[in-house]
Amino acid sequence: MAVLLLAEVTDGALALDATAKAVAAAASLGDVTVLAAGASAAAAGEEAAKIAGVAKVLVAEDASLGHRLAEPTAALIAGLASDFEHIVAPATTDAKNVLPRVAALLDVMVISDVSGVVDGNTFERPIYAGNAIQTVKSNDAKKVVSIRTASFDAAGEGGSASVETISAAANPGLSEWVEDKVAASDRPELTSAGIVVSGGRGVGSEEDFKLIEGLADKLGAAVGASRAAVDSGYAPNDWQVGQTGKVVAPDLYVAIGISGAIQHLAGMKDSKVIVAINKDEEAPIFQVADFGLVADLFEAVPALTEKLG
Amino acid sequence: MKVLVPVKRVIDYNVKVRVKADGSGVDLANVKMSMNPFDEIAVEEAIRLKEAGKADEVVAVSIGVKQAQETLRTALAMGADRAILVVAADDVHTDIEPLAVAKILAKVVEEEQPGVVLCGKQAIDNDMNATGQMLSALLGWSQGTFASELDIEGDNAKVTREVDGGLQTISVKMPAIITVDLRLNEPRYASLPNIMKAKKKPLAEKTAADYGVDVTPRLEIVKTEEPAARAAGIVVGSVDELVEKLKEAGAV
Repeated sequence: MAVLLLAEVTDGALALDATAKAVAAAASLGDVTVLAAGASAAAAGEEAAKIAGVAKVLVAEDASLGHRLAEPTAALIAGLASDFEHIVAPATTDAKNVLPRVAALLDVMVISDVSGVVDGNTFERPIYAGNAIQTVKSNDAKKVVSIRTASFDAAGEGGSASVETISAAANPGLSEWVEDKVAASDRPELTSAGIVVSGGRGVGSEEDFKLIEGLADKLGAAVGASRAAVDSGYAPNDWQVGQTGKVVAPDLYVAIGISGAIQHLAGMKDSKVIVAINKDEEAPIFQVADFGLVADLFEAVPALTEKLG
Repeated sequence: MKVLVPVKRVIDYNVKVRVKADGSGVDLANVKMSMNPFDEIAVEEAIRLKEAGKADEVVAVSIGVKQAQETLRTALAMGADRAILVVAADDVHTDIEPLAVAKILAKVVEEEQPGVVLCGKQAIDNDMNATGQMLSALLGWSQGTFASELDIEGDNAKVTREVDGGLQTISVKMPAIITVDLRLNEPRYASLPNIMKAKKKPLAEKTAADYGVDVTPRLEIVKTEEPAARAAGIVVGSVDELVEKLKEAGAV
């Protein structure tokens, strides 16, 4: 059977890593048709056509699709659904906005944040902040599935799928984009970075968060933060790692001044190597750390930054 | 304007979750249950709308087991005016799926005619993040998800959303479904006098059948397991030792 996969397209650019990971997860479900939708999406569609395992690409360009507003994007996908048994997307905030709406339009349940594909009807997904893994079998005719990208390796390149242009659905005109506030950064993207350095409440201020950023830059890493650090205004919301923020699984995760609430662990405990630096030896973060250092971060982090690289 | 706030009874966020040994699910017997934290934020926002003169009534609704009336009493103690309990399950271990919840809520919306529905963005038990979006689809309403700022002005609402790249602001047509994120507000604690007063506020009890909604799950739960545990790590004595270990592990 066939799979329709919503590519992650932001302002015309394909998020290759997230999209290729979703393609890898969906490969066993059937032939994958990628949908690239946006005000401009042709270039993203061309790029997606080169992902190995992609059979076909549909490009829908329309002003209404420009900022991935849920209503016109969901209407477009629901209109295409008759040809597909699975509708899949990487579990980004965009897809989490759109896919449940699609599922309800099709009168099926959505299956969010899938971490394992057992077969075409059966999926594994974390519940209770990752404290349990549930295997669910769908009884719906269509399966609408978002993929936890941290659980899959990206599909490689080498595909040469055909690209077809399609029209957008009628815009229901329910919402309008006003503005984006996106901080420009030269650092790697958090969910696809090989190394992530994160700071928590223990860092103490926005100014001292520079220590975290300094170590990250030395390692070529992305910067993350705990909810406590974001709530306290030390770090912006898009750095949050955890149950309700981003889920990461880098080769190396360095947690600094983070106590390790289960909600934070939910977003990083699948990292390959975890380092924890905290002055409280009882902090739960040490239970998941491969290497723990009980130390004052204000001494340890500058020393570590100097000695690495 | 009337505000409708769906609230869910979930395991308290501080409780250590225990997976049952037979793989049938998570043990919820004799465990502390509370209002889903995101729903508390939604209730708080609704009460603030009323305090600001933008709303005149706050109605809380919960769908689940009979015990969810405790959750509704919490919403009433925080400041909601009245509550609706829709009993849809007998066993505390039965989780009504977001699609069925959204269908019941759509019927409640038809009946109550709210100007806005404020939902938590996700429940911390099933982590599905779906009910608000599904309700919005069923009603054909606009949706503003993951809101960290909400400003309702007449026929439109300006919603600032927490998204992967940072923040996005959109303008949605009213009536709308708004799902709230962590940083929208800090929910108040109910005072003892308000907890006492809440006991006298109206709480209507209905069933899923009253709304003609079939709550049969679409997803069959095959099994529920503990996640794989990480191998025990080591504590290093110094920054030098840490650097050495990281190099040995090939991590830097």
